[in-house]
Order: sequence, then C-alpha cells, then structure tokens
Amino acid sequence: MAACPCLGPKCSIYYMIISIWGIIMLALMGVFFQIRSIALFEDVSVSESDWEKANFTRDYVKEKYEDNAINCWIAAGIYVLLFIFAFIQQRMNSRTSYEMS
Amino acid sequence: MAMESLLRSEKMTLCQMFLQSEAAYTCVSELGELGLVQFRDLNPEVNAFQRKFVNEIRRCEEMERKLRFLEKEINKDGIPMLNTGDNPDAPAPREMIDLEATFEKLENEMKEVNSNSEALKRNFLELTELKHILRKTQTFFDEALEQHQALHDPSLTEERVGLLGDEQVARAGQPMRLGFVAGVILRERIPSFEVMLWRICRGNVFLRQAEIDSPMEDPVTGDSVHKSVFILFFQGEQLKARIKKICEGYRATLYPCPETQTERREMAIGVMTRIEDLNTVLGQTQDHRHRVLVAAAKNIKVWFIKVRKIKAIYHTLNQFNLDVTQKCLIAECWCPVSDLDRIQQALRRGTERSGSSVPSIINCMQSRMVPPTYNRCNKFTQGFQNIVDAYGVACYREVNPAPFTCITFPFLFAVMFGDMGHGLIMFLFALFLVLKEKTLEAKKNQNEIFSTFFGGRYIILLMGAFSMYTGFIYNDIFSKPLNLFGCSWNLNYPGLDHDLLDKGGKITMDPNKTFLGSPYPMGVDPIWQLSSNKIAFTNSLKEKMSVILGVSHMFFGISLSFLNHRHFKKPLNIIFDFIPMVVFLFCMFGYLIIMLFVKWIKYPPSQSHEAPSLLIGLIDMFLFNYGKYVSPGEPINGDQKQLIYSGQPGFQSFLVVLAVLCVPWMMLGKPFYLRYINKYGQVCGGSCVQSDVEDDEEVMFLKIKDPARVPLTSPTNINSSTHQFRHQPLSVNSGDLLNGEEVTHNLENGPLHTEEGADEEHFEFSEVFIHQAIHTIEFCLGCISHTASYLRLWALSLAHAQLSEVLWQMVLRIGFSISTAWGSIILFFVFQIWAGMTVVILVLMEGLSAFLHALRLHWVEFQSKFYDGSGHKFTPFSFSHIVDTGVDD
Repeated sequence: MAACPCLGPKCSIYYMIISIWGIIMLALMGVFFQIRSIALFEDVSVSESDWEKANFTRDYVKEKYEDNAINCWIAAGIYVLLFIFAFIQQRMNSRTSYEMS
Repeated sequence: MAMESLLRSEKMTLCQMFLQSEAAYTCVSELGELGLVQFRDLNPEVNAFQRKFVNEIRRCEEMERKLRFLEKEINKDGIPMLNTGDNPDAPAPREMIDLEATFEKLENEMKEVNSNSEALKRNFLELTELKHILRKTQTFFDEALEQHQALHDPSLTEERVGLLGDEQVARAGQPMRLGFVAGVILRERIPSFEVMLWRICRGNVFLRQAEIDSPMEDPVTGDSVHKSVFILFFQGEQLKARIKKICEGYRATLYPCPETQTERREMAIGVMTRIEDLNTVLGQTQDHRHRVLVAAAKNIKVWFIKVRKIKAIYHTLNQFNLDVTQKCLIAECWCPVSDLDRIQQALRRGTERSGSSVPSIINCMQSRMVPPTYNRCNKFTQGFQNIVDAYGVACYREVNPAPFTCITFPFLFAVMFGDMGHGLIMFLFALFLVLKEKTLEAKKNQNEIFSTFFGGRYIILLMGAFSMYTGFIYNDIFSKPLNLFGCSWNLNYPGLDHDLLDKGGKITMDPNKTFLGSPYPMGVDPIWQLSSNKIAFTNSLKEKMSVILGVSHMFFGISLSFLNHRHFKKPLNIIFDFIPMVVFLFCMFGYLIIMLFVKWIKYPPSQSHEAPSLLIGLIDMFLFNYGKYVSPGEPINGDQKQLIYSGQPGFQSFLVVLAVLCVPWMMLGKPFYLRYINKYGQVCGGSCVQSDVEDDEEVMFLKIKDPARVPLTSPTNINSSTHQFRHQPLSVNSGDLLNGEEVTHNLENGPLHTEEGADEEHFEFSEVFIHQAIHTIEFCLGCISHTASYLRLWALSLAHAQLSEVLWQMVLRIGFSISTAWGSIILFFVFQIWAGMTVVILVLMEGLSAFLHALRLHWVEFQSKFYDGSGHKFTPFSFSHIVDTGVDD
C-alpha cells in the first residue's frame, strides 16, 4: 500500500481502544436512555420553563429521553467509523514496519 | 511443610563445604546455576588485592573491557546483536585462555582496522579539500584575469592609458607578482580570521573565500563539519610568514596551489584519480570491519555471559578459606534445609565434571548467628513479598505477612477505589499484561514506569478485580448506579403529596411508608443516587464499614503475634502482651463493632428515629455519663437518649475498668516477673526462652546430620564424623580425606569467623522496664490513632465517588445538553475528553493515592501489631541475574 498512514502506530492503537470503549458504552447508554432509566434523569436536559409550557406532561420528558438515546447511538456509530479507520491505519503501520525490518 | 513455608521463611542452616582445589571451580559453577547457596566471606580482613584469585579476576575484567569495546563498535555500526536467550555453562578455566586469545585477536584487528580507516579518511579529507581548493581558486583566478584584461582593454580607456603610458604597464607588472596562499578553514572561524588578518597585516592582504557546499566528515570524531576555501593574496616574504602563523593559529590547513592554470588542471586530474582509488580502498576497509563485527555480534552476548560467570566464580572462590595443605578449599554457606539434597547433587555433578576422584563434602554446623530470611515466591506472590520487604525483611522464621497481604492489600485498596467501571479498566490493563507476559518480558528495552507496572501486574490484576466487587457493593459504575434487583423503596406510596411534587419541591420519604420490607439484596440501593441526602447516607455507611474493617484488621494482626510468640516459645509475651492487647482492643473498639451490628439489626424502620448515636455513646461510656439515658422501651423526652439494652451502664463501666487495668498489666507484668525470677531462681525465664529456641534448632540440625542424608561424605568418614559434628562441628576429619595425612587446623570452635552472635542473656531491670513501658504506651495510643487512621478508607472512597460524579456532571453531561442532531457530534468529542480524564485522573492518580494509603495501612497499622522486620535477606549466589541482564548491565 503506497499511501502513507496518517496515524502513528501508538496513536492508531489509542483510537482503537477509545473507540471500542465508546462503542460499547454509548450503545449501552442509548439503550438506557431508551428505557428511560431514572439514574440518567439528571443528564436529560429538561428545563423547568419548557416543561411548564408543556404542562408537566410525561411526553415532554419521554421525547427528551428518546432524543438523547438517538444521539448516543449516532455517536456510537461515529465511533464505529473511527474504529474502522484506526484499524486500517494500524494494519498499514504494522505492514510498513514489517517491510522496514 | 508447604503451609509452613508459606507462613514462615525457609529453615536455613549454616553449612561447611570442603572442595578439592581442582573441583572447586566446577562445583561453584554448578551451585551458581542452582542459585540456592549464600556464601559467607571467610577472609573479611583480606583486601581485594591480596586474595588468591585476584589475577584471574583481573583477566576477566580485561576480557570484559575488550568485549565492551567490541560492543561499542558494534553499536556504532548499528549491527543488531543476536539475543538467543541461551544460557551457556561457565567455561572450564583452561577455556579462559582460548577466550582471551579470541578477544585479543578481535580487539587488535578492530584497532588496526580503525586506525587504518582513520588514516585513510584523513587522507580522503585532505584530498577532497584540495579538490575544492583547486575548483574554487580557479574561479578566483578567472575573475582576476578578467579584471586585468578589462584594465588593459585599450578600446575602453584609451585616454588614461595613453596618459600614464608605459609607466603604468611597468607598475602593473609588479602587483601581478603577488604571492598567494590557499587553504581550508572552518566556516564559523572566517569572520574573526578576516579581522585578525586585517589587523596584523594592516590591510595589506586580500582575502577571497568561498563556502564548500557539502559538509566534510571529521576523521577522528566522525562529525560532519562545514568548511570554507580561502585564498590570500599578499606581497613579500615577511607578510607570508605572518600569514602562515595566523593560519596555523586558526587551524586552517594550507595546501600548495600551483601558479599556472595548466598545472592546476593537471593537479586536479591527479587528485580526482587518487580520490577514486581511495574510495575503493575505504569501501574495502569498511566491508572488512563490517564482516568482523557481524561475526562478533553473533557471539557477543554468549561471551559476555561466559566471562561474567567466570568472574563471579572466582569472586566466590576468593571468599573461601584455603586449607593448610592447599589441596582443599573450605567454604561456609547458608542454604535452605529442604534443598540440601539438590545442593549435594550439584556438588556431585561438579566433582564428576572436574574429573576429581575425591568427593566434595558438605556438612551442617551449629551456629549462633542469625540465619538469613528466605521466602520462596512464585511470580504471583513475588510482588506482594516485595511490598512487605520494602518495609523490612522479616526476622528468621517470623510470621511472614505477605500471604495475607495478597488478599488484604487489594481489598483495602478496593475499598478506597470502589467503582465497577474504573476497576474494570484497571483489571483489563493488568489482564493484558498477564496474558502477554512472555512477549513483554522478552522485550527488555522498556522504560522504568512501564516496568514498574509490569512488575506489579498481579497486584494490579487483583486490585482491579476487587475494585469491581466493592464498586458493585457501592453500586457505582462511573458514578452511576445499576438497578439490578429492583429498588426496595416504593415511591408511589399512598399519601404522596402530588401537589408539592408538581411544583418541583423536595419530598422527604418516610421509611415507614415507602420501604418495601426487605432491603436491596446486595449493595447500596440505587434510589440513593437521586436523593439529596445521598452523601449523608453513604458517609454513615462507609464510616462504620471502615471502623469494622480496620478493627478486624488490627485484631488479625494481634492474633498473628500470638503465632510468633508460640513459635519462638515466649509464654511470657503471650500472658503479658498478647492477652492484655486483645482485651484492651476489645473493650474499646471490639465492643463498638458489636454495637454497630446491634444497631443495624435491632431497629426496624418504625423505630429508626430512636436509634442512638454510637459515637456519642462511646464518649459517654468513657466519661461514665449515663444521666440522660432512659431504659429501652421508655418514651424519650427532650434531649434524652435511649439505652440499647438494660444493664448497659454497668457492662460498659466494667469494660472501661478492664481496659484501664490492661495498661498496668502490660506495662508492669513482664519486667517485675523477670526481676523476681532473676533474683530468686532460674526456674524459667528469659534465659530459658533462649535455650528453648536452640533446642528446637538442635533437633533440626541433628536430623540432618543423619549419615544417610550426607551421601557425599566418604565412607570412612561417616562414623567418626557424625559424633564429632554434634559438638565440634568444624573439626571434620579432613585429614581422612587427604589420604590419611593427619591435618590439624584451628577450626575447632564453630564457624571460622563468628559474627556477633546472640549474647548471653543479661538481665537489666531498668532496660526491660523502659522497653516495656514504651511498648505499652505505643500500643495503647496506637489503638486509638490507628482506628482513626483506618477512617482514611471512608475518606478516600468518598472522595473517589465524588470526583467521578463531578467528572460525569461537568464533562460528560455537556454531551447530553443538546438534543438536536448536533448533540451527537458534541457527544462524540466530549466522550473522548471524559474517557481521557477518567483514565488519567480517576484511574491513574486516584489509583496511585489509594495504593499509597493501602500501603501505609499495611506497613503501619497492620504490621506494627506483630511484625519485627529486622531480618536480613537471603541473597544466594546465582547466575540468573547475569543471564537476565545480559549485555545491558
């Protein structure tokens, strides 16, 4: 492969590890937001005034929860892409170092 | 046996070895491979230059020097050194000459090649400089010629020429006979060189200079330097001499430069051909050097190991005592009793290898010297043993805290570090190190921080696993709880104030109405995460828990001191130390722990407001302050408090009195009893204790002196020696071994050079009394301060939980603040920051602090209860570190 890898060997491994962590954790948090876990209530950005306008209905909170769940999954998806990218970089790195030696 | 060796250090014995002088070398070599014997220096008063094998050691050092020289040359050429990892035996002494010859040859060859190549390089440099001079000066001369021609162009300045006429031609001829010098100088010296020339020659010198584009290589240092060519025009011999002086002063090299152009051209051609020739010769020298070094690189590690082994053997032999007849070397060594068989086998192998017909003998001796402490470890326990040894090496046969530390250390760490997420990160990291152990071990060129982590990989593994467990109990995963078993609080209970809730107010839950009856099965109920009094609740839980853990840890330490007293046969210490210690600690904090559990169990939700404060209760207990207490079951008025059980004041007063009585019991009992014994009889006491220990040891020695277990002893020797060994262990009939020659030597009284052994027990009342008083005061105050010290478990676990919660709220929550699609991009970046900070701050920094606190709790609070730690470590003579460190050492 002629293209020069743009991540170094250590950097690509760092991104691989962090994306594995990100994929697992964000996917799980998406699930927890989806089932409206109470422990994550404080993380849902519910503003009192907006909620008051919505007459303190449950639907308002539910909608916020679901938005967050989708955001989590999207972010997890971005991490999947990052992982694939870092993985390819890592392979390229190991190949070049193999050719070098 | 296995259990014993885990709890206590190995039984050691002082042995004496009789090695035939021709077999000594091979025997020591075998023992070095075995690595189970620690030799004593029998000639401590002899300095290093007067020893027997000083010559051999000097030769080894010379060989090492040559090898280091070769290694440096190999590194200079960047040739990889082969590390096959094989472990060659120490070569026989006669092989040393071969090795020496080989190294000598290699070194000479290298030196010759080096000096040759240096000369060639210098030559090459000179020629290249000359080449540059010729090339650059050519342009100078060309320019000069042009100017000259321009000056004499008749069509341009006809009038002037005509005006001055021949006169000028005649005068112009004179300057044309200018002398010149050409040379090469370092580029950075040019400015000052120019100034100097100007001043000294008063401006009568004309300097032209041009930079050489390609850098030159300095033949000596190998650095690349930038140089400039210069040419100086001047007039007159005196000036020339001055210029030459200045050039010399500036380290400029002057080259002869022919005057006419044709000569210069011829010279340039000559120089070019010579450079060509030199290049081929230089290439050949480099090839030769490379070939020699590649051949050496293959063997250099093995050679290093061999030479270092020889050196180590001779160094050991220097510690031996020479028998009068010079036919036999006498060594003294410490070795583990259970390995005597292996040592004997090694000796036999060594004797066979040397071809000697007379066997080598090892026999155990009695000694009053304190044996070294040898704890056998595997790669798992080694890390924990290192933690203990860092504080102090255990006394011989003292209880070794390391096996207990294997569990208590990671556990106490985890109490302070409880979080499932952080524990998992730590666990996975250590698991990676453990699984990749072999490959990581092979790579030796790691930095110090990494090798520290690598050395403690099993400790980190356990710390991570235990942290996951305590995190599960605290119900924390990255500061969020898990609701695995279903919350035990019914929030939607009848009578809930919905109006207040709609206004966003806080509601205080009444445990009577909301508690479902059975608690959350394991760990902290996840409901506490959302409550505003979460910290108040976890504080109370963690404080109590740290007191319970701390006091039980101290009780455990004290009970280990019982094992020590029993093993060293000190009944006095059990009666006057151990029992009052237990009673004292129980009366104060053991009782408190019982009350803690009573309080947890006794009060159901309906009575929870009646539960007394235990800390106030403890203070009242010591002040005998029971005025405000009412009996259990009675209604409480005002600031009255309820007793937990009837008869509590009486029992508590009894405990306090008992605790106070323990102090004089501990402080006065032992000194006065010893004084009584010392004055009125020698029934049993301090001196008796001493002999008890010896009896125990003697049994051990006699067992080994059983002739069947000393197979190396020559048959004629067995019967006579066994009896003599018992009382005069060193008067072995080595005369018998030496073909009947009767030899008498001055070794009758025990080991050759006795270090200060245990002195005769000398009773001094004041000394014992002061020692005991200090000990008592230290313990009693320590009980209180150490219990308080264990509260660090609470403080650190609280700090850790809060820090991780703050990190989540301040960082990761930003990622959830925007619910549009942009939110996911922000979340993507914020998550990275959060993850990085989690690892750096929470896992690394907090982990380090929790590690240090766990270390302190073990060294101070736990080990001070039983551990003396004043022993010296068993350091066997072994080749393993020579093979491990290899060339790097």
